[in-house]
Amino acid sequence: MSDLLRLATAGSVDDGKSTLVGRLLYDTKSVLADTLDAVHRASADRGLTTPDLSLLVDGLRSEREQGITIDVAYRYFATPKRSFVLADTPGHVQYTRNTVTGASTAQLAVLLVDARKGVIEQTRRHAAVLALLGVPRLVLAVNKIDLVDFDEVTFSRISKEFTAHATALGYTEDAVVQIPVSALAGDNVVEKSANTPWYSGPTLLEHLETVPVEPDPHDAPFRFPVQYVIRPRTAEHLDYRGYAGLVAAGTVKPGDEVVVLPSGRRSTVTKIDTADGELAEAAAGQSVTLLLADDIDISRGDLISVAGNEPTVTDELDATLCWLAEKPLRPGARVLVKHGTRTVQAMVTELRDRFDEQNLSSVDGPASLELNEIGRVALRLAEPVPLDDYSFSRRTGSFLVIDASDGSTLAAGLVGAPLPLLENGVESCSGGSAATPDNHALVSPGP
Amino acid sequence: MTLALDTLGRLESEAIHIFREVAGEFDRPVILFSGGKDSTLLLHLAIKAFYPAPVPFPLLHVDTGHNFDEVIEFRDRVVAQHGLRLEVAKVQDWIDDGRLEERPDGTRNPLQTVPLLDSITQHKFDAVFGGGRRDEERARAKERIFSLRTAFGQWDPKRQRPELWNLYNGRHRAGEHVRVFPLSNWTELDVWNYIEREGIELPDIYYSHQRDVFLRDGMWLAEGPWGTARDGETLLRKTVRYRTVGDGSCTGAVESDASDIHAVIAEVAASRLTERGATRADDRLSEAAMEDRKREGYF
Repeated sequence: MSDLLRLATAGSVDDGKSTLVGRLLYDTKSVLADTLDAVHRASADRGLTTPDLSLLVDGLRSEREQGITIDVAYRYFATPKRSFVLADTPGHVQYTRNTVTGASTAQLAVLLVDARKGVIEQTRRHAAVLALLGVPRLVLAVNKIDLVDFDEVTFSRISKEFTAHATALGYTEDAVVQIPVSALAGDNVVEKSANTPWYSGPTLLEHLETVPVEPDPHDAPFRFPVQYVIRPRTAEHLDYRGYAGLVAAGTVKPGDEVVVLPSGRRSTVTKIDTADGELAEAAAGQSVTLLLADDIDISRGDLISVAGNEPTVTDELDATLCWLAEKPLRPGARVLVKHGTRTVQAMVTELRDRFDEQNLSSVDGPASLELNEIGRVALRLAEPVPLDDYSFSRRTGSFLVIDASDGSTLAAGLVGAPLPLLENGVESCSGGSAATPDNHALVSPGP
Repeated sequence: MTLALDTLGRLESEAIHIFREVAGEFDRPVILFSGGKDSTLLLHLAIKAFYPAPVPFPLLHVDTGHNFDEVIEFRDRVVAQHGLRLEVAKVQDWIDDGRLEERPDGTRNPLQTVPLLDSITQHKFDAVFGGGRRDEERARAKERIFSLRTAFGQWDPKRQRPELWNLYNGRHRAGEHVRVFPLSNWTELDVWNYIEREGIELPDIYYSHQRDVFLRDGMWLAEGPWGTARDGETLLRKTVRYRTVGDGSCTGAVESDASDIHAVIAEVAASRLTERGATRADDRLSEAAMEDRKREGYF
């Protein structure tokens, strides 16, 4: 079992995310005495009688003043069973882009709903974003269950409605777990609650400690974006020429035949080097240096792939964009695309459709894509780039859309249409099992 | 050699990936290096990232003049050993020529910001590696791995870019620079476990030793060029060690018998205080102390 789980939280503002995260940190004794003292002091200063655990995580002054979280915060905690990296992502509509950020590396997401309000617009939007980005597993934390008198019927109704939505997005029923909690009082977060005798499942922490984590895709075909060429030019290493990078997918061994893309030249791996010595094999997630048999021209931006199962090299692609900028996207926009270690100029030639996450349907030919909207586009690149489908490989199927003038990140780009719904469309989420589970949900992000 | 990386293996691989991204995309990167444990770890990872070639960046130390002799001696020895280039920006020079004024409380940590920004401008550094970790403090928990700074060196939380997958966007305008934090996802315990695993040498003051100290604001401070015990404070000989190493006027020692790495790891694992809370007076100034200093251009 993996000793590290990367998770993200999501949910709308005031659902109690920061309190839940504070509760997890507090109850796993991950909060050290001085930090806790500071929270007690600050809570007392505001006239509160019990410590406000959200103060453990709301870091910025403007957040503390408004009592909301405005930027993704990373938290680290550990139990004897596992270490956790938690991305606490904001729920405010204008900060949905941070949910995209947190989800892009998460292996599991905890989605909060307020038991009094149930599944709302933000819940549906967040679930769609999590599904789109391929977060393999979801936990629905039905929070503030104490405020509905620990009512089983309310919990079941919300669980059912959410599960129907999640399965329509492509999740299997096994991948979604529902837990009734009170972050404020601690029910079912770390300790089993006596107030919910009708609930027999795990507490949130028990689930996080034991949920299977999909390994890096070792059986996927080998992909290696070249970051940097190492040429020491010292007396000792006069002819050394190594290609440094992080294995994006699959494994590699000396003797493997590889193709360098986009040039298409072939060679053989002679050595896998690291500062700790040569390796007999390297796998997804490892930073290594490859040496090849032939002296061919390779530089940053190239991709080394296993021969025989290569990505498509193309200068035209269909992609799904999560638009993260205030400035809307319109057809004809000139942007930069950063894919792997290569940045190329690009033009958005067409806005094909916009995803309506409320109805899980798509709207054809929108005039623009606005902040927080998700849509399918056609892109033309200034030069051919080796691309995998996002549903096939999270690391080599993803890209950034960058503003060439000010350098800001405009969109998260996914090669293809990872949400099958964008292709097919479904009537509504009432059908329950409308869509078949898709494989993209089984790719883990690492490291 | 197993194919599944453990936590330290993943953290190391991520840090190496970050170093190589910066080497590939920036013209003039620099590593902030004080000789403290986090910057020593940074340098160790940089050496691994470019092996067998030398590290393709110089180092920069903003020297408050209030450093521990053992740390400066260690700093210079490491630099010589690896054939590196070190730039030192001395806070004293800025005070001497009037660009900075000594604070009434004698603390020089807040004075580092101006020499740092001046050095970045003077050398046209476009990427500045720091050893900051998100587990250190609440404002740091929201820091990106690539953190954009304005031409005034300032950090604007609302202008920070979303960081997606492991694709880092290092684009910046002329005069702007990017602070890069390869240790973002490490915890204090990860750092110590890795130091043990790799056999990384640190300045002696991280391990227990005898030192004359006095108690101020609940911290054991050592005497030095920054001052000594005032009225009502008594110098005592104690067995102590340092968990962080910064400006001597505001970095406190902790009472400890941990004389080697194993004992330190046991102590850190059992500790009920964060390393900053235990030993850094500068972070106690206000509830938003770190956020304010970051906005101004601090590390």
